[in-house]
Amino acid sequence: MYDVIVIGAGPAGATAALETSYGGLKTLLIDEQLEAGGQVWRARSKSIINAPKNNYSIAGDDLRSRVGAGLVNILFGVRVWQIEKANDHWTLGIQGCEEKQVKAKKLVIATGAQERVIPVPGWTLPGVFGLAGATALFKEHMIIPGRRTIVAGNGPLLFYVASEVLRLGGQVSAVVSLNSRKDWLGVLPGMLRNPSLIIQGLSWMFSLYKNRVPIYWQHAVKSIAGKSSVEGANICAVDKNWSLISQGEQYIKGESVCYGQGLMPAIEATRLAGADHHFDEKLGGWVPTLDKYGRTSVSGLYACGDNAGILGADAAPHRGGLTANAIFEDTGMSNRVDINQKAYDASIKFGLAATKLSIPRAGYESFISAETEVCRCEGISRAEIDYEIKNGSLSPDAIKSGTRCGMGPCGGRFCNESVSILTEYLTGKNRKEIGITSARPPLRPVCMDSVSNELNYNDLPIPGVSPL
Amino acid sequence: MTCTFDIAVIGGGIMGCGAALQLAGGGMNTVILEQGDIGGGASGVNAGTLSMQIKRVKLMPYAIKGHAEWESMGSSVGFKKTGGYTLAFNDREAELLNERMNMKREAGANITFIEPSKLENIEPHLTKKIVAASYCPDDGFANSSLTGQYYRNRIEEAGIHFFERYKVTGIRSTSEGYEINSGGETISARRILLACGGWMKTIAAMLGADLPIRARVNTVSVTERAPKFINSVIGHATGLLTMKQKDNGTLLIGGGWQGKGKPEDGRGNVSIDSLIPNLQLAQFVVPELSKIRIIRSWTGFESNVPDFYPLAGKLPNNDNVFILGCVRGGYTIGPYISKLMGDYILDKELELPLFDPSRKMEEGKLI
Ligand SMILES: Cc1cc2nc3c(=O)[nH]c(=O)nc-3n(C[C@H](O)[C@H](O)[C@H](O)COP(=O)(O)OP(=O)(O)OC[C@H]3O[C@@H](n4cnc5c(N)ncnc54)[C@H](O)[C@@H]3O)c2cc1C
Repeated sequence: MYDVIVIGAGPAGATAALETSYGGLKTLLIDEQLEAGGQVWRARSKSIINAPKNNYSIAGDDLRSRVGAGLVNILFGVRVWQIEKANDHWTLGIQGCEEKQVKAKKLVIATGAQERVIPVPGWTLPGVFGLAGATALFKEHMIIPGRRTIVAGNGPLLFYVASEVLRLGGQVSAVVSLNSRKDWLGVLPGMLRNPSLIIQGLSWMFSLYKNRVPIYWQHAVKSIAGKSSVEGANICAVDKNWSLISQGEQYIKGESVCYGQGLMPAIEATRLAGADHHFDEKLGGWVPTLDKYGRTSVSGLYACGDNAGILGADAAPHRGGLTANAIFEDTGMSNRVDINQKAYDASIKFGLAATKLSIPRAGYESFISAETEVCRCEGISRAEIDYEIKNGSLSPDAIKSGTRCGMGPCGGRFCNESVSILTEYLTGKNRKEIGITSARPPLRPVCMDSVSNELNYNDLPIPGVSPL
Repeated sequence: MTCTFDIAVIGGGIMGCGAALQLAGGGMNTVILEQGDIGGGASGVNAGTLSMQIKRVKLMPYAIKGHAEWESMGSSVGFKKTGGYTLAFNDREAELLNERMNMKREAGANITFIEPSKLENIEPHLTKKIVAASYCPDDGFANSSLTGQYYRNRIEEAGIHFFERYKVTGIRSTSEGYEINSGGETISARRILLACGGWMKTIAAMLGADLPIRARVNTVSVTERAPKFINSVIGHATGLLTMKQKDNGTLLIGGGWQGKGKPEDGRGNVSIDSLIPNLQLAQFVVPELSKIRIIRSWTGFESNVPDFYPLAGKLPNNDNVFILGCVRGGYTIGPYISKLMGDYILDKELELPLFDPSRKMEEGKLI
């Protein structure tokens, strides 16, 4: 039995785990990746290990060396598929290692963010990458997604992705930004709280300018074109509400499209663990309901990092430290991690400003045409979902039941958001009223033989047989 | 809401919706009150097995009638008559199978026994460790995910009023009948039918009835799309495994393994301690499943009383409140027994008798 298990070894989770282990609590840090760092401080693959360092790789290497120092127990390359609580301790079903289950008194969930991708015609063509997915390719392998790339969507990630493509020797045919210049000016005061990131942002913009990359402000991809893979994209302008303006459509050539609508908190694990959640647009969507230290509504369960609300990499270590403090307090220990409140406040302001740019606006539903495949696992189109809603299915669970949307291997990770956007549009209900689908294990599909050891038939715990 | 309904049905599962259709057909102004979505309870999450072989002997006539109802509902509920095999893997189970299936056959089910060696040609992906097997050609399944959609369409067509997200929190009797509250809202009706599945005990208590109802938390899992492994419904002599493969390749694995949680607390949870043996048993029966992934496991509530027979009749000491629930294998039997219940409330002659909730209930024996 561990004192603490932390799921997710990004900057928030790894910080929490390091601090609780420094404090003397027997801590286990689990991550499905092979090394600590999470998405933002992702480790590089062997082939590019000697490439020039940058801020992210330096911070990540520092974190990895502390995690590697041996005080905190680690299980990397391991996936958690089940979380349950009994008799005041947590049991996790895990996959990818010798052990099948691990137990702890306290559980910290730091599963980070997930990409929000709202479907448009052609989004399932080979050559379309999520914006965050593309950054993972850059960081781990320094691979660019195709010769000429169209970078489209919203939020700060757009400009980072475009400048990385250029830096790695690719071409960017266009940056297509749903946000307007005015949107950016509006969040500038919050962004200024982090001058070093502003400088970084300016350097991204400068590289676009230097390479004469056209930037289409307040535009969006209407459809992605290509026979067997991406050949280009049709783009058009949007109004303030991000509704499609049909006139003046343009075609842009490119062999890949990096596309996304910002990040959402990855809340599957906190939901499976039974914590209360609420919808908070400012934090990027549905989030666990927390106190400022990251305590959830369930005792012994904590959340920190972007899964607790999208605030970004700079805020994450502070959030991890606060959660470690909550655990110390709840364990009756006097240890406390020093939190630099000023730096933390600044990172929150910056994070909120960035997230504000990423929240999709109501009009964006107009880009999901009737034939667009919303659920790619099950091949369900918008028209089928609209029909189900108009026919009286109002909750995400009812829509899922009636259409199979979200019943495939991805568990609705991508389509749930689109279904809610469509429900909002068709019923006028808000996201809180609409709610979310029930949380069910496994967190990710698990191979049947990986959850247990082999069965000795006679050892099977047969309960009483049903009555005649 | 000022309108007074002839009857309010509390619970929009297969029992409530089925009875409401019969009641409306008989001329009653009917309303269904459902705390979540129509068909969102056990009726929408169950394993969908429509098997004679797992029905209780005394309920067989109801299951046979139920089957006929399912057949007529057809593809709109994903109905498939595939036939089903029940398997035994040791002598004790073989004995159990033999004894039970013979009794069920006598009760009218079309059940035969089959040599395990013959099964090898029919279901080649099953383990070779089968000791005994029985067969029923009438067995099959329906897709419980479609229950909500199906009944929502039918009750709408029948002009039945229904309120979803209407969680009944209090019931008050008046000179006219009953006032049924949900938070601040009130609906009034002359009669009530309680059809609240796993939640029955709490609602019956609102009317002063203390019934010995308990809830079970059954677990079901579904796999990713797999190559064709089985053609028919596969069961286990103990009832602890049911398995079927849909046209899209996914396999549904059930067997009544118990999860955790209570209906009053809102939801049940899968328990790793029962899920694992459930999945191990499935892999034992179809060894090739071991490399197939589980996509989702879930639970649903099902209620029962000590003698494991239905509650279907008048609430004790109450002429205008009726109750329908605690039906073992209730998905199979639901479409039929709910019709009977409607007839009973309408004071019509009954084709088969119901199950008086005021009876003395002795603890049913588990073997
Ligand atoms: C996991 C599982 C697997 C099963 N597998 C099979 C199978 O393979 N074959 C088979 O024949 N049977 C099976 N069963 C049994 C079968 O599903 C049930 O017997 C049947 O669905 C019961 O129907 P019902 O309408 O009584 O209950 P439900 O479908 O649960 O309906 C009751 C409804 O009442 C509502 N309700 C409760 N309280 C309130 C309130 N206060 N206010 C308003 N509404 C309320 C609930 O939300 C619910 O929708 C299974 C059951 C479970 C749980």
